[in-house]
Amino acid sequence: MSAPTYGYIFKEGLWHNNTGLVQLLGLCPLLAVSTNVVNGLGLGLATMLVLTATNFAISTIRDFARSELRIPVFVLVIAALVTAVQLLINAYFHDLYNVLGIFIPLIVTNCAVIGRAEAFASKHDPLRAAIDGFAIGLGFAIVLMVLGGIRELLGQGTLFSDAHLMLGESWRAIELQFWEGGEGVLLAILPPGAFFALGGLIACKNLIDAHRKKHTIAPPSPNNAAKTAAYAKAVS
Amino acid sequence: MLPLKTPSSPHAHAMSSVSIVMLKVIVALIPGIIASVYFFGWGTLINVVLAAATALLSEAFVLRLRGHAVMPALLDGSALVTALLLAVALPPIAPWWISVLGSLFAIVITKQLYGGLGYNPFNPAMAGYAFLLISFPAAMTTWLLPEVVSGVHLNLIESLRVIFLQKWPMELHVDAVSMATPLDLIKTQLGVHRTISEIRFGTSIIGDFGGKGIEWVGNWYLLGGLWLLYMRVITWHIPFLMLATLFAFSTLFSLYDPDVYSWPMFHIFSGGTLLCAFFIATDPVTAATTPRGRLIYGAGIGALIYIIRTWGGYPDAVAFAVLLMNIAAPTIDYYTQPRVYGYDK
Repeated sequence: MSAPTYGYIFKEGLWHNNTGLVQLLGLCPLLAVSTNVVNGLGLGLATMLVLTATNFAISTIRDFARSELRIPVFVLVIAALVTAVQLLINAYFHDLYNVLGIFIPLIVTNCAVIGRAEAFASKHDPLRAAIDGFAIGLGFAIVLMVLGGIRELLGQGTLFSDAHLMLGESWRAIELQFWEGGEGVLLAILPPGAFFALGGLIACKNLIDAHRKKHTIAPPSPNNAAKTAAYAKAVS
Repeated sequence: MLPLKTPSSPHAHAMSSVSIVMLKVIVALIPGIIASVYFFGWGTLINVVLAAATALLSEAFVLRLRGHAVMPALLDGSALVTALLLAVALPPIAPWWISVLGSLFAIVITKQLYGGLGYNPFNPAMAGYAFLLISFPAAMTTWLLPEVVSGVHLNLIESLRVIFLQKWPMELHVDAVSMATPLDLIKTQLGVHRTISEIRFGTSIIGDFGGKGIEWVGNWYLLGGLWLLYMRVITWHIPFLMLATLFAFSTLFSLYDPDVYSWPMFHIFSGGTLLCAFFIATDPVTAATTPRGRLIYGAGIGALIYIIRTWGGYPDAVAFAVLLMNIAAPTIDYYTQPRVYGYDK
């Protein structure tokens, strides 16, 4: 198996193998925390940090961890790194820490983290593993933020509310309010709204994929033939 | 010799089709709608028109997106029935976007996204109602005082202004003509430790059985429902078991402590109980289909309505009870398949 290129790793993490939209891993924090953009950003960044660090650490020790013992070893490494990130957030973003609460320590149990450790980091060199962790984490963070944005906008008519909790007082200016009173479709903020919005996002992604597939295969011009063949191979 | 009336083949069947069934349901709803208009003014009718228009337009739009034929699906009347059932359950002074959003949610998300008529696991009208109740609790629990209590009659223009602009006629104030629903009233008053009889006789909005006006509208739904039974559009199992269970539960608890638990007839004639029993719980798509299954399904709805009304957080429970039993319906059907004659179980 040849090592994947960095571009390929990024494309996989951000789109084709996105944690939130394709793998559907880590749905518990994804659905629970995405009540607004800033919460999504906070948890997304924390998860991204953890994923990059764990993927790197696990890739460096992949030759020493015996295969019978690898899962406990991975879990120990992940738990240690998550604890470190949790303490960092508590120290520097205490308000955000209070908002995210239990979901920061729960990054340990995020299936995406152990999933990437097992599926990618344990088979590739540290640099590629770290980039993969970063890309997967970024994809997760983007989905969290988009989901948070949809729910926040529908549910209370704002965007980026509480941005100052995370980014400092100077960011209060980007807190948008679209209508007075803060009343909206309450359902969007409640748990069912998370499922509806995520379902909608996945549908959009599938729609875009189907559209692109149709347009990639449709023009069989000679200079596109190699690309089409490669794509067909990748799809099958 | 007895004359044998069996004609020779081909035998004509009942000419039953989705359109005919839906048409009968709509006809059966008309007395209740007229009663609503009589007691609560034009609002109900405006809601019906808004919801029906939204339902038909959105159904046509989604069907086009899905590449299905539009006209046959629209003409079967199922979207219209959904819109009617939703609209009659809404408060008569609900703002116009309540009817529109509820109808959109019912048709687009609950019905068409699951595959259209016959494929939806949840009753669209009740899912739309639950969506509205959870999303806009204030607008959904402000009911218009019946005209027999307030003495105020809103004409068509005034009703339109209230629904579209939230502008009341000059001499009226919202609080003077609106009320919490009787179910809501009982719930909040119990919360401040008043007894049922104090609440019942200390207010002008509760009549002989349920809320004034609402109990009479319920009667006309009952009449429509009985006509549906007579026409064999529905069977007796679900309505009977649902009402019997609700009655049994409320009698039992009311006998145990009449200060805390409302009297049985109140439960039967309040909220959407009668509408639900004959028109919503009997939805052929989302209800259980085996005879024994229907009994269990009806009893489940009755029990859940009582439990959620009495101990739950929302004043009326019909939508939640129906949706919960919708989830259970496939399992109920699975375990109540009739035994085929000649085979062991």
